[in-house]
Amino acid sequence: MVLIKNGRVIDPANGIDEQRDLLIEKGKIKAVEPTGKIKCEAKTIDAGGHIVAPGFIDMHVHFREPGFEYKETIESGCRSAAAGGFTTVAIMPNTNPVNDTRSVTELILAQAKACGTVRVHPIGAISQGLAGERLSEMSDLKDAGAIAFSDDGRPVMNSELMRRAFEYSRMFGLPLIQHSEVLDLTEGGCMNEGAVATELGLKGMPVEAEDIMVYRDIALLKKTGGRLHVAHISSGNAVELVRQAKAQGLPVTCEVAPHHFTLTDEAVRGYDSNTKMSPPLRTQNDIERIKEGLEDDTIDIIATDHAPHDVVDKQVEYQHACFGIVGLETALPLTLRLVQENRLTLPRAIEKITSTPASIFNLDAGTLSVGKFADVVIFNPKEEYTVDVSRLHSRSKNSPFDGWKVKGKVTHTLVGGKVIYSAAKN
Amino acid sequence: MGFDPKGVFFCPEPEIQLSSVIFNEKDISRAVTRIAHEILEKNKGADKLALVGIRTRGATLAQRLAKKINEIESTSVSLGILDITLYRDDLGTSKQSPEVKKTDISFSLEGKEIVLIDDVLYTGRTIRAAIDALIDFGRPATVQLGVLIDRGHRELPIRPDYVGKNLPTSKSNQVQVHLKEDDGVDEVILAKALSKKE
Amino acid sequence: MPITLKNILGTRDLAREDISTILDTANAFKEISTRPIKKVPTLRGRTVINLFFEPSTRTRTSFEIAGKRLSADVINITGSSSSTVKGENLIDTARNLEAMNPDIIVIRHACAGAAELISHFTKSSIINAGDGAHEHPTQSLLDLLTIQEHKGSLEGLRVVIVGDIAHSRVVRSNIFAMKTMGMDVRLVGPPTMIPFEIERLGVEVSHNLAEAIRDADVIMMLRIQTERQNRFLLPSLREYSNLFCLTSEKLERAPEDILIIHPGPVNRGVEIALDVMQDKRSLILDQVTNGVAIRMALMYLLLGGSDNGLN
Repeated sequence: MVLIKNGRVIDPANGIDEQRDLLIEKGKIKAVEPTGKIKCEAKTIDAGGHIVAPGFIDMHVHFREPGFEYKETIESGCRSAAAGGFTTVAIMPNTNPVNDTRSVTELILAQAKACGTVRVHPIGAISQGLAGERLSEMSDLKDAGAIAFSDDGRPVMNSELMRRAFEYSRMFGLPLIQHSEVLDLTEGGCMNEGAVATELGLKGMPVEAEDIMVYRDIALLKKTGGRLHVAHISSGNAVELVRQAKAQGLPVTCEVAPHHFTLTDEAVRGYDSNTKMSPPLRTQNDIERIKEGLEDDTIDIIATDHAPHDVVDKQVEYQHACFGIVGLETALPLTLRLVQENRLTLPRAIEKITSTPASIFNLDAGTLSVGKFADVVIFNPKEEYTVDVSRLHSRSKNSPFDGWKVKGKVTHTLVGGKVIYSAAKN
Repeated sequence: MGFDPKGVFFCPEPEIQLSSVIFNEKDISRAVTRIAHEILEKNKGADKLALVGIRTRGATLAQRLAKKINEIESTSVSLGILDITLYRDDLGTSKQSPEVKKTDISFSLEGKEIVLIDDVLYTGRTIRAAIDALIDFGRPATVQLGVLIDRGHRELPIRPDYVGKNLPTSKSNQVQVHLKEDDGVDEVILAKALSKKE
Repeated sequence: MPITLKNILGTRDLAREDISTILDTANAFKEISTRPIKKVPTLRGRTVINLFFEPSTRTRTSFEIAGKRLSADVINITGSSSSTVKGENLIDTARNLEAMNPDIIVIRHACAGAAELISHFTKSSIINAGDGAHEHPTQSLLDLLTIQEHKGSLEGLRVVIVGDIAHSRVVRSNIFAMKTMGMDVRLVGPPTMIPFEIERLGVEVSHNLAEAIRDADVIMMLRIQTERQNRFLLPSLREYSNLFCLTSEKLERAPEDILIIHPGPVNRGVEIALDVMQDKRSLILDQVTNGVAIRMALMYLLLGGSDNGLN
């Protein structure tokens, strides 16, 4: 038995936001009662007045195993997730070999089970080898444990294939997650197309590359049925397209990564390749429209797109550097900035990384209801500290937030009632 | 500016300088005239003569000398201007690179009697640099040296052929030459700094 | 007033006084190249490394001559900019060179930001000889010197730059430097070659060459790049030439005393007609002479101080 006391429990799924104690037995939530009411013999964790929430869910991470273990393994990725307060993650299939068959899915799940910490859900490929030519065996992948399909890192360029993917996936009721980018428009590009790119002499990736594909997928969806989830939205225009699609009752959802509501393309000045990701950092106007999208729930969830890259891949010329940054351990403080700016309340912010992703992807997680898995995060939203990338738990340290003064620190992360991360011990 | 522990700002005592005018306008003019005659005498005329003034005031003096020589012998003597910054032996010792100005020696040095002209001769390092520069331009028959003031304290074996005035100085002195064309007035000032040490 | 910069990465970082100092210093250095013995001992014993990852005979030769005329030891290293060619990573190359204590590294690379990248890993002074489409500061400075020689003063001059603006580092460096010196810049080229939102840098844009040069003091013609990734930008060189080649016809409407410059090498007949190249207003060869003087001036200004420009 574990008793978490003295915390402010925020459980958006059950509309709870008050001082409560939490009792855990045999890995499940036994009781959630007003502070002091639960009296029993239990190992106690003192939440110290901080927030007690469902363990966070990240629907978009890259754990690089199999194939790129020098960047991250499932084990190091899970440690990074735990340090960031995440108890459930969904892993993208752009490994080597690609996760387009049951055997790779089973490998990933076996590795995750061996770690025994964070709950890992594989996302299967839409097309075999991510080549965008043939559908992958979605049925087999689903049976093996895939909870959605995506070709992320890449878009599905061929519209005919995308159409058939939507149709085929209807049999399984799982969403297709699209990395929306018309590659023809972005070929050779390495940052947002705009005044900054013009000044820096770098080839730009126009925002239209994202908008066109979002529009295309929504248009296809109308005809074919199925479900679309727009990955890492970065364009204000695309947010508006999703808003209109939802207004028409279409099954579209979308996510945003914290860096896309925190940094603009101005951050690229100085050519630090930790500002290089796809989609790229855009403009202040895009950030504003993304925040509006988070406020009115056009943007359903926050997902980090945690993309670890080794120094070898990043400490090179800007246009040769790999796209992507790590994000699991900076997600909480960056998300809390939205609360500090009064764009979201704390419960609404937590909702975006707990109950909503759980509901969209049908996961048994994201809530502190009695009887559910005791996946819990305790964090202090007021604790200020300086981000030090050398101390990240991820194998890779590619983050543009090194040296930033931020607020919001995870003190404990529990999965199934077991503490998998404690700030005191780290 | 510094501040004492009580937090009150104070300025260090200003350096007191005693300066006196060693040469006035007439003195300078007489010196230039005399040096012009000496140059002509030693070189037996202006035939193979050329004057090269060292920037900045050496060049001004060279111009005046050329004019005076013209008055005396009715002949115009070749005149060059030398900027020795690039030949200095103390480059890389001050914070910023010293300013470089144009060098203009548009005549051949071959077989010529070159007279280098400078305002003040002190350690001799400037003249060493000037000789190196001249050699890069060609091979003169002779290189002679004319200065307005010789203040002593040589650090190299350099000696002048023509001197306006020998002025004994101490190292803490400053000798300032002002010329109308450059500074609006003709005078030579000897400044003596009086600090607590003295 | 001497400058206290450690690196010359671009003209964007140069203040007006810096540019004036560089031009004045270069003027003083020009004379050295006319002497029989074209050498001064100023940088004797200093080491300059030309690290060129893109082929370039003229720029590299210019830097080499500049260093040698200052009595520096100049070493030329060539490499490839492609990440797929097996070889040392750029940063490792820089670190290895650094271990040999060079005083100046001159770098030319196909990637924007390359010069800035190695400046984080070396103590030597870095001169950017061209980084991708970003900057080529020494070219811009020699252009300014050339213009100043013929026009006397730079303030208020109108410069028209013609060609593949989007991919040109010469353009960017010139825009930054010229705006700093109070000049007007107008860009001319097909819309496909004008970069997005370039007006934000304070320049005008036109697609009609003859019209654009009617009131210009200087025309700068850029080299047309024919790399693969530009295949969507132009139908053919022939059509480009019809519209944008500087011919005597188009020049008829321009002022008599207009200056013509080009960073070189020139695509004869594509960017400039043969007869125009020989026109007395064409200063292409003057630019080459001034290039050596500018590079000498920069090396002197970077190394002439005690901290070798280190802060």
